[in-house]
Amino acid sequence: MSLLEKFFAGDVQALSSLITEVESRSDGCQAIVAAIYPRTGRACKLGITGPPGAGKSSLVDRFAGELAAESRRVGIIAVDPTSPFSGGAFLGDRVRMRSLAGNENVYIRSMASRGAQGGLSVATFDACLVLDAFGKDWIIMETVGVGQIELDVAQHADTVVVALSPESGDSIQASKAGLMEIGDVFVVNKADREGATNLVTQLNMTLEVRRKNEPWSYPVLATVATTGQGVAELGQAVRRHREFLGRHDRLAVRRKTQLKSQLRKILEDRIRATVSRRFHSDPDWDKLADRVYLKQETPYGAADRILAAWRS
Amino acid sequence: MYSEEFQAKLKQQRKQWEDALTREPGRCRRDAFTTLSGAPIQGLYTPAEIEGADYFRDLGLPGEYPYTRGIRRTMYRGRLWTMRQFSGFGAPRQTNERYRFLLRHGQTGLSVAFDLPTLMGRDSDDPLSEGEVGKCGVAVDSLRDMEILFDGIDLGKITTSMTMNGPAPIFLAMYVAAGEKQGVPAAQLAGTCQTDILKEYIAQKEWIFPPAPSMRLIVDMMAFCTRRMPKYNYISISGYHIREAGATAVQELAFTLADGFAYVEAGIRGGLPVDEFAPRLSFFFNSHLDFFEEIAKFRAARRIWARRMREKYQARKPESWLLRFHTQTAGCSLTAQQPENNIARTAFQGLAAVLGGTQSLHTNSMDETWALPGEKAVKIALRTQQIIAHETGVTHTPDPLGGSYFVEALTNRMEAEAEKYFAEIERRGGVLKCIEDGFFQKEIARSAFEYQQALERKERIHVGVNEFVEEEETLDIPLLKIDESVAREQVDGVRKLRQSRDGAKVKGALEALRRAAAGTENTLPRLIDCVKAYATEGEIVNVLKEVYGEYREPAWF
Amino acid sequence: MERKIRVVLAKPGLDGHDRGLKVVATAMRDAGFEVIYLGLRQTPAMIAEAAIQEDADAIGLSILSGAHMTLFPRTRQLLAEKGAEHILLFGGGIIPKEDMGDLAKAGVGRLFGPGTPTAEIIAYLKQAVPGRRKEAPVV
Repeated sequence: MSLLEKFFAGDVQALSSLITEVESRSDGCQAIVAAIYPRTGRACKLGITGPPGAGKSSLVDRFAGELAAESRRVGIIAVDPTSPFSGGAFLGDRVRMRSLAGNENVYIRSMASRGAQGGLSVATFDACLVLDAFGKDWIIMETVGVGQIELDVAQHADTVVVALSPESGDSIQASKAGLMEIGDVFVVNKADREGATNLVTQLNMTLEVRRKNEPWSYPVLATVATTGQGVAELGQAVRRHREFLGRHDRLAVRRKTQLKSQLRKILEDRIRATVSRRFHSDPDWDKLADRVYLKQETPYGAADRILAAWRS
Repeated sequence: MYSEEFQAKLKQQRKQWEDALTREPGRCRRDAFTTLSGAPIQGLYTPAEIEGADYFRDLGLPGEYPYTRGIRRTMYRGRLWTMRQFSGFGAPRQTNERYRFLLRHGQTGLSVAFDLPTLMGRDSDDPLSEGEVGKCGVAVDSLRDMEILFDGIDLGKITTSMTMNGPAPIFLAMYVAAGEKQGVPAAQLAGTCQTDILKEYIAQKEWIFPPAPSMRLIVDMMAFCTRRMPKYNYISISGYHIREAGATAVQELAFTLADGFAYVEAGIRGGLPVDEFAPRLSFFFNSHLDFFEEIAKFRAARRIWARRMREKYQARKPESWLLRFHTQTAGCSLTAQQPENNIARTAFQGLAAVLGGTQSLHTNSMDETWALPGEKAVKIALRTQQIIAHETGVTHTPDPLGGSYFVEALTNRMEAEAEKYFAEIERRGGVLKCIEDGFFQKEIARSAFEYQQALERKERIHVGVNEFVEEEETLDIPLLKIDESVAREQVDGVRKLRQSRDGAKVKGALEALRRAAAGTENTLPRLIDCVKAYATEGEIVNVLKEVYGEYREPAWF
Repeated sequence: MERKIRVVLAKPGLDGHDRGLKVVATAMRDAGFEVIYLGLRQTPAMIAEAAIQEDADAIGLSILSGAHMTLFPRTRQLLAEKGAEHILLFGGGIIPKEDMGDLAKAGVGRLFGPGTPTAEIIAYLKQAVPGRRKEAPVV
């Protein structure tokens, strides 16, 4: 039996193998997406992001637990950074998602960011397709909101939750990283700690402009993930956002925008790959470099020539 | 401490000495020497290295403030330390036999090792206990097991130490009840219960409840023992496990004393006068491979504790200033390779503890990297202590290394480094906040990793591990094996007990405990009622879990 | 992109001594592996489930409590039941040689005792992992 056949028969090991294929951008990647694509589009996609230590995994643990208790099938993708020095990664989100262990409605996959050239954004998008086609009702993507790549991942979602904690500097970091612009729902986790009320007020003030200009309320919620306090309200807010998207075709508009940027990333990745392959193997490029060296051509002129050759 | 003339002369001579040294060919084996914890060690220590020291302020006389030189005037001239080998395995009956064996061979105190289900508050028939019953300690499910454990051992005469933390109040209750059955009143019971939950969150990870209710239960124990058990050390604030988890000597010292201060503050907040409970606080340290560093650590610990208790916490009784401690040699320093070498390691570590002024000592057995210690290995470990006590002569005068330039300089350094950590912990919001944020855990994990890397780069030599390695070793020590039948017997035992006891009485006692735990009434008397009714440990813990919830492993890295 | 070696690391049972496991986790990350860290008090069922979801190449268990003769075989058995024999099960801890032999016969990989250099564990995985997976074709 092929992997895809096993996958369509509901084999979890095959699901895992397919995610590995798309994650490592293997040759089989395109064939996989081609086979499963017609079966995608049904799942609700939730992104959760925020600074390190905000308690994202613990929130996911609680929220996914609630969904699973309502017999929803949940797939979770938890992204952690790859070490730039070794290329290895320490993926520890499962420690904080302990209550989901053994829950047959929940599938958790840890992914390493694998560096800027690793295609994380495209890979997670495809991994979502795989989970979607496997029949997950909800897909939750968790990433640390510190870099552009991670923010891209969160933006594959229909709804983006931004989680902050009252620890020093979180709100500043959030504004700097652009988190305020991408969130649909905001959470102040660890709300039993000092400074929580302040942070809620601050966020509400920041969000006033967005609220005035757009028909969505951009709620700010206080939670304590370790005790479960406020998690039910978070669930309601996420669902309300979902209903909001359902009205006036907003969901379709959002997804088309996402697909367009996915298309862009695929093209960028391909062009980058082609450029890098030719760089190492195309003898014409060496000849061009010689000409540039001998002042017979400017670097820009040489680049124009290459592009012109591709076009024809 | 020294005259100006003396200092000038020393400075001049030292300069000449250093100049002469630079002219010697191939001077040192290494560019830099450090302690096991990475503190730099100079090529020479002289009075200049302890300049500014004040004998009376910093050292004093043995048995006098600040106790740097020991807590008693006579030290081991008066009484030797208690030789207390930590042991326990299998069913209570087997451990009882081992205790009698050790007492016959001259051991002077008992120290109970419990199995993991017991430490985690689970009965032997709990699903998570599978495979663990009686494995790394003795299984105790109820007062009945406790009665067997101490059968034929007079609890009025012997002191017993129980390594028990999460469920400590339950075991204190069982100990009181077991004493009562022997006719020994609680006030006569002497010994120690470890009870130190803070280091569980930091290092050993055998927790049950979250920190706040755990601290409340400890304050209950403090109040109960202060009133009813004047001879009982209800807490042993432990650095041992912090060190075993990979901490440096300074981290062990600082984190342990910080925990100690946290308990003192909890007691005071609980309305107990500091001089009423502080004299019963005791400590438990590790004795690792670096001989002088360890001795300096013990001496610094006494001085820091005495100063803080007197100056910061305003204790007035000298007994409140005393840091009394038990020591265990470092399990993590033992090697699986050429395990007989562990006898030598343990002997040096035990010697450091004695030179550091310990009140009681456990020496590890050579085979502990392979299994629980067998009888032969345990006996050699005990004999090692007897050799230190009776043959080496180090016991003949208090603090024989006091005044050594090197040891005093190291002691000062230890204290200064620990103070830096205290300031850092305070800046971060105190011990509980640091636990929540993983500060201690991260510091320890970093030290552990650095140590491992130093070994792999051969910056440190561990004999038989990364140097003097023997290929094709054969193990020549008879290992102890725990038969699987122990678990079956223990499971049958606890199930039978549940059927044979008075169910209504158990239920009533558990309900009374629930009310006390949810309210403010001291839980200890209720716990004693529960154990006397033969409620099992698991049943009692479950009631408390329903009230307090369970602790979850925090994130790290 | 090349495939990374993915290793699930866990402490099964009630034992809380996680110093060694954390040191190994850090060393593996520094060797370029992706380490999925499960932490303390894991049951064999939780471990097997995580390894399958994570498409792990190997599972490393650390046991110092003497429960190894129960926990290793149970994990091996669960992997077999779920058709995941290709996942290499190895570990470390306080384990007598005799037991190591018995566990090897039961299909458990190398078991490392105290004092093992992390480099040895990494070298073992680099040699033992490739080729274990007999994957079906995608299509």
